[in-house]
Amino acid sequence: MKFFNMLRKLFSNGNIIPIVTVLAAIGVFWYSVAIPMNSERVARKFKDLTASEHVLKAWNLEKPKLPTPHQIITEMVETVFFKKITSKRSLVYHGWITLEATLAGFILGTILGIALALGIVHNRAMNLSVMPWVIASQTIPILAIAPMIIVVMNSVGITGLLPKAIISMYLSFFPVVVGMVKGLRSPDQIQIDQMKTWSATPRQLLWKLRFPSSVPYLFASLKVGIAASLVGAIVGELPSGAIAGLGARMLAGTYYGQTIMIWSALFSAAFLAASLVIIINIIQNITLRKMAIIR
Amino acid sequence: MNNFLISFFAIWILGWWLNSILSRRESSTLIKFFVPTIFGIVFLIMWELLVLALSINPILLPPPSAIGVKFITEIPTLWIDFTQTLIKGALSGYLLGCGSAFIVAILIDRFDFLKRGLLPLGNFVSALPIVGMAPIFVMWFGFDWESKCAVVVAMVFFPMLVNTVQGLSLIDHSRQDLMHTYSASYLQTLLKLRLPSALPFIFNGLKICSTLALIGAIVAEFFGSPIKGMGFRISSEVGRFALDMVWAEILVAAMAGCLFYGLIVIIERQLTFWHPSQQK
Repeated sequence: MKFFNMLRKLFSNGNIIPIVTVLAAIGVFWYSVAIPMNSERVARKFKDLTASEHVLKAWNLEKPKLPTPHQIITEMVETVFFKKITSKRSLVYHGWITLEATLAGFILGTILGIALALGIVHNRAMNLSVMPWVIASQTIPILAIAPMIIVVMNSVGITGLLPKAIISMYLSFFPVVVGMVKGLRSPDQIQIDQMKTWSATPRQLLWKLRFPSSVPYLFASLKVGIAASLVGAIVGELPSGAIAGLGARMLAGTYYGQTIMIWSALFSAAFLAASLVIIINIIQNITLRKMAIIR
Repeated sequence: MNNFLISFFAIWILGWWLNSILSRRESSTLIKFFVPTIFGIVFLIMWELLVLALSINPILLPPPSAIGVKFITEIPTLWIDFTQTLIKGALSGYLLGCGSAFIVAILIDRFDFLKRGLLPLGNFVSALPIVGMAPIFVMWFGFDWESKCAVVVAMVFFPMLVNTVQGLSLIDHSRQDLMHTYSASYLQTLLKLRLPSALPFIFNGLKICSTLALIGAIVAEFFGSPIKGMGFRISSEVGRFALDMVWAEILVAAMAGCLFYGLIVIIERQLTFWHPSQQK
């Protein structure tokens, strides 16, 4: 929702100039901070530089403390377009592995979330007993369990996609439960009474009233859920020992001091998160328009 | 062996039956407390019985009793990890991040141009996997708690900023006009009208950030830490397959998370008693 509003604002009204200004300010700040941060490494590597040479070297070091945006973008372009997709050095390869786990976990989490929400709305006992625990489960820093889930599942022979997907599932089910419970309960008493005067069965009440009115809430939750799902997949890649995926890329970058590699993985993760949210947004607009909720 | 399985199902049915009877009664605070408690206790007993019944290797899934024993015997270690990660890393970063975001929010609230530039970006950044900054901060600020604090600051800053700015930009014109007729200064209007009415949003931000802070501090330790701290202990004990210790750490994290969240909720109730959502 927030993200969509941001995009709409970005393109429709006069926010584009302020945003570009702020971005430019960040860019200027980034390049100017890069000089003092990298100067120590420049001084170690090169002797007798003039001031302007020093600055240029600081912006183009091989293993800088803070890489500059153009270095990151060059690295990204190179590893995305000029490497074979199957190659271990290709960002597309690593990005795809993370994306797979993200999507699998997201779908599982959405299904689990909707099922739990249906149970909570329809069964009073479940509402009273499960809902407090669903909320409590989110005050727990659940990502901390990620390494354990991965290692335990590996040791019983489950490897690859599934363990990561389970972590993503756990992170993405919560927004769906909360949003769907809210959405399924959003019809007014008047509307419910109207359905009853038509002697609607509970199933008809669900399919024709509760479910359609929960769709906007569902999409708002899905956007939060998919962002959380991506974080889960990235953290899930850490304990497997830096083999494949964006998280593994970050870890490998840490091991070998390849800062540009870390930053390019980070930028690709950001790019993935943004595109996933945008895709859900497009689906939302089409669906809501078809359902005549928005025009 | 089968006796465990039978008692597993017996407990399940008993708990289900008890809860459905309780929830059919008039809802009161007592019932709202007992129903989830029974659910939790039944869940723990079922977990214990399941481990026994299917003779699951306790190394892979330790029963709750083993975790409890480990928790009690390892309190000194857990306390060291707790202070290292949660007090030094998470709490300092939380206070610093939320505090600075609050101040920046008040500053940019005065300038519409900054608000329109920063707010959409803030919303965008809130959806990004900021945890990924952890290896970079570990490289910049070293292995100790300073780098964890920095990760937490980066994680909580934008959610807090966005929420505070949203709260401040809720303008009730009749109230603003009233302040104006009192010839209230900017500072007076801010302190007596706008900040109090922004409080529900500010607390929403604080709640979201409390979980983010714990996650940030723990995950940052996966990228390098001194030989103490919850994230370090979790990753190293997982490597040694001492999963009961890992669960004990998770128990600490869960308790700390709930306690902190609860504390914020209590403060919120004290300060925003006037808000419709707080009224029964």
